[in-house]
Amino acid sequence: MGVGVYSYRHSQGSRPDLATAKQHRPAPDFTLPLIDGGQLHLSSYRGKVVLLDFWATWCVPCREETPHFVELQQRYGGQGLQIIGVSMDDGTEPVRAFYQQFHMNYPVVMGTADVGAAYGGVLGLPIAFLIDREGHIYAKHIGATDAAVFDKDIATLLQTP
Amino acid sequence: MRTARRSALLFLFAVCLISTQAFAQWSSIAPGRLISAEDLVKMLQSGKDKPLLLQVGSHMLFLQAHIPGSEYVGPGASEAGLQQLRKRVESLPRNKFIVLYCGCCPWNHCPNVKPADDALHALGFTNVKVLYIADNFGTNWVEKGYPTAKGE
Repeated sequence: MGVGVYSYRHSQGSRPDLATAKQHRPAPDFTLPLIDGGQLHLSSYRGKVVLLDFWATWCVPCREETPHFVELQQRYGGQGLQIIGVSMDDGTEPVRAFYQQFHMNYPVVMGTADVGAAYGGVLGLPIAFLIDREGHIYAKHIGATDAAVFDKDIATLLQTP
Repeated sequence: MRTARRSALLFLFAVCLISTQAFAQWSSIAPGRLISAEDLVKMLQSGKDKPLLLQVGSHMLFLQAHIPGSEYVGPGASEAGLQQLRKRVESLPRNKFIVLYCGCCPWNHCPNVKPADDALHALGFTNVKVLYIADNFGTNWVEKGYPTAKGE
């Protein structure tokens, strides 16, 4: 039974014990290519609350999170939330297909090892950062995270002008 | 009383079923073929029985951090990645000690190690172990202070 409980816990994606404590350091700026052409500059979103999601198409917990992010973007986009997906896939083709399949409604860029390293090392997926309107990292969530946790963080950050 | 006992039994059955399903996923690689991070570190530090270390997951993650001396031959989830793996090992003796690892995501969700392990088994390799990484490479290796290298 103990083994079963252990296995059940590890069979789920969400590991709230892995989410780090709240942080308050500047979010490293970057310029990365969008999957549909052009570039995205993170600093251009200053003044918005940004949910920066490092993910990949082959990552099962990431796939499970995506519909939640689509819903969050829809619900809070008008209030100043901007979700940005940073794909850690090796190529854009599967990402474009995934984007269409999941009706993603936020920009997705192709990540690099350098950007991952700048964010402290993206050494497992998914990892999501909440960034406040002033460009500081508010929280880092490692592993699949319950939508209610993001909802709470986003609502808190949106209240700050 | 009978209803309560029946309900309790049904609940217990449901819990066992869920646990068994999860356990089945977890145990798809036989426990005897897993190696813990702690044991691998000790082995590498001793210099004895040095394995060929192959990371079969994400190249992006490999570039940021990997076990020193390991090679990238992935991803195990794709046929292209498996072909790379087969090509790397094709000339090796079938009793070569090989350790596979990934660490992309939680163990039960990893799409890479099982196919890679199966591929080596199908080629006749008899001395393969898989590094058990419960959560991800960052949490279970790097943050533990184990040796790490960057780049290709």
